[in-house]
Amino acid sequence: MDNLLELLQNGKFLDATVQTLTYVVIAMGLGGLLGLLIGVLLTVTRQGGILQNRAVYWVLNFLVNFFRPIPFVILIAAIQPLARVVVGTGIGDPALIFVLTFAATFGIARLVEQNLLTVPPGVIEASRAMGAGPIRSILAVLIPEGLGPVVLGYTFAFIAVVDMTAMAGVIGGGGLGNLALQYGYRQFNPWVTWAAVLIIIVIVQIVQLLGNLLARKLLRR
Amino acid sequence: MTRVQMIGVSKRYPGRGGNAAPVVAVDDVSIDVASGEIHAIIGYSGAGKSTLLRLVNGLEHATGGRILVGEDEITALPESKLRDVRGRIGMIFQQFNLFHSKKVAKNVEYPLIVAGVPAAERKRRVAEMLEFVGLADKAQAFTDQLSGGQKQRVGIARALATSPGVLLADEATSALDPQTSREVLALLQRVNAELGITIILITHEMEVVREIAHRVTVMDSGRAVEQGEVFDVFSAPQSDTTRRFVATALPTEPAAEHLEELRKRHRGRLVSLTFRDGDVDQPLVFRTLAERGVGVNIVHGGITDVGGRSFGRLTLELIGEDLKVEHAVAALAQETTLEVLA
Repeated sequence: MDNLLELLQNGKFLDATVQTLTYVVIAMGLGGLLGLLIGVLLTVTRQGGILQNRAVYWVLNFLVNFFRPIPFVILIAAIQPLARVVVGTGIGDPALIFVLTFAATFGIARLVEQNLLTVPPGVIEASRAMGAGPIRSILAVLIPEGLGPVVLGYTFAFIAVVDMTAMAGVIGGGGLGNLALQYGYRQFNPWVTWAAVLIIIVIVQIVQLLGNLLARKLLRR
Repeated sequence: MTRVQMIGVSKRYPGRGGNAAPVVAVDDVSIDVASGEIHAIIGYSGAGKSTLLRLVNGLEHATGGRILVGEDEITALPESKLRDVRGRIGMIFQQFNLFHSKKVAKNVEYPLIVAGVPAAERKRRVAEMLEFVGLADKAQAFTDQLSGGQKQRVGIARALATSPGVLLADEATSALDPQTSREVLALLQRVNAELGITIILITHEMEVVREIAHRVTVMDSGRAVEQGEVFDVFSAPQSDTTRRFVATALPTEPAAEHLEELRKRHRGRLVSLTFRDGDVDQPLVFRTLAERGVGVNIVHGGITDVGGRSFGRLTLELIGEDLKVEHAVAALAQETTLEVLA
């Protein structure tokens, strides 16, 4: 209990919360964009899509299926060499954010694809029938029509990324997960662990609420 | 005002699996749709009519034959050129296919944006189209706040925004109840009459053809089995498919089991007569029977209107002495198509 108060007072909890949020926001920002791109490509290049392309679909589908099932803690180790090439280091925040973004990209790609596939093909056909090219049909019809479920998918992904940040300590990152393990678990102080859990729950609840509100507005139900 | 010519058009899909035979969805179909005509293509599901319609605006590519829409040879144009042509061909759908993420006005505006029309002109045109379909007050509504009939009217406004010369209607009223369906058909009739837009509509409902079509093509298994003026085709059907469609619109010949039932109840001679406005003089038929002292019971059948002319089939019970009935039948056979059922 005393330990918890001390950590609260010396700003450790605040720092950890800011760190976690920083990781998640950057990973969701970059991974969100890349995932959207890959997810849209998966949707439109599959058989019957408006840019049907067997080769592109096969490659992207393979990449997503390859990386998505790897448990995050193993992915950190597995793509450390790649992190060194891309962000110049295999440890610390840059490496962690790189791996988070990597994992978020492939996870989000599949979520985007699944949700865009719920858009009835008829509206795309209508867009084509009015003379729209494929790019316009994608940007002005496919994505707006699927946006409601896609937002819910992103909300889901956000929470999954918060979950992943708990592994940050493995390569020297910080954040709430690391705080819970380092100051709570290793020092036999369940108060600290549960305080970190509580903050994570609050973050997740707020994001879920915002996601639901936005999706409801988009879906108008 | 646009003429649409389909000349020996075919569409084959490669068969699924290695050596599977190709699937022939449309098989050597020729239809010449005159400028300003409402042409119905009727057939059961799987007859290839939906595919044929999509060949006309190049959403799918014909594997044989030629299609001309006005001056544009659809079958010879690359996809990039087809996009421009599609602005001159409107299309409406069974499921309406409106954009739910856009308000009604934005739905109607979309094809204008695609066509590169300037904003002020777009706004004017959207208002004009919504006025035409009677939905000016719904401009700022979302599409899921509309009834089925209103949705299709938005679909029509959207399809006509770019002032196309042709409108393709893909089962446009099949998802609507009969009353709403009639309203939408009346609107299509206005589109044709007031704006002079050629309409090609596909349907599996005889009602639709009867209400608004000028000419009709009956399709079965990818082929056009019958074609002509609606009245001619339906008053003298040549193919089984056409006969079945006619039977859905009016009771013609009694079915076999029903005929047995009729025989039990009616002892007299049963004959079936075909009436065609212009060919058959109804009063004469009944006068002939009366003059020969033969009584009549109408036991089955009906008369209906197609394209402003009536036709039908009546099954009559002729009552009287055998010889008189015999003579009456012989006399009637001179006047009309007659079939002795019993």
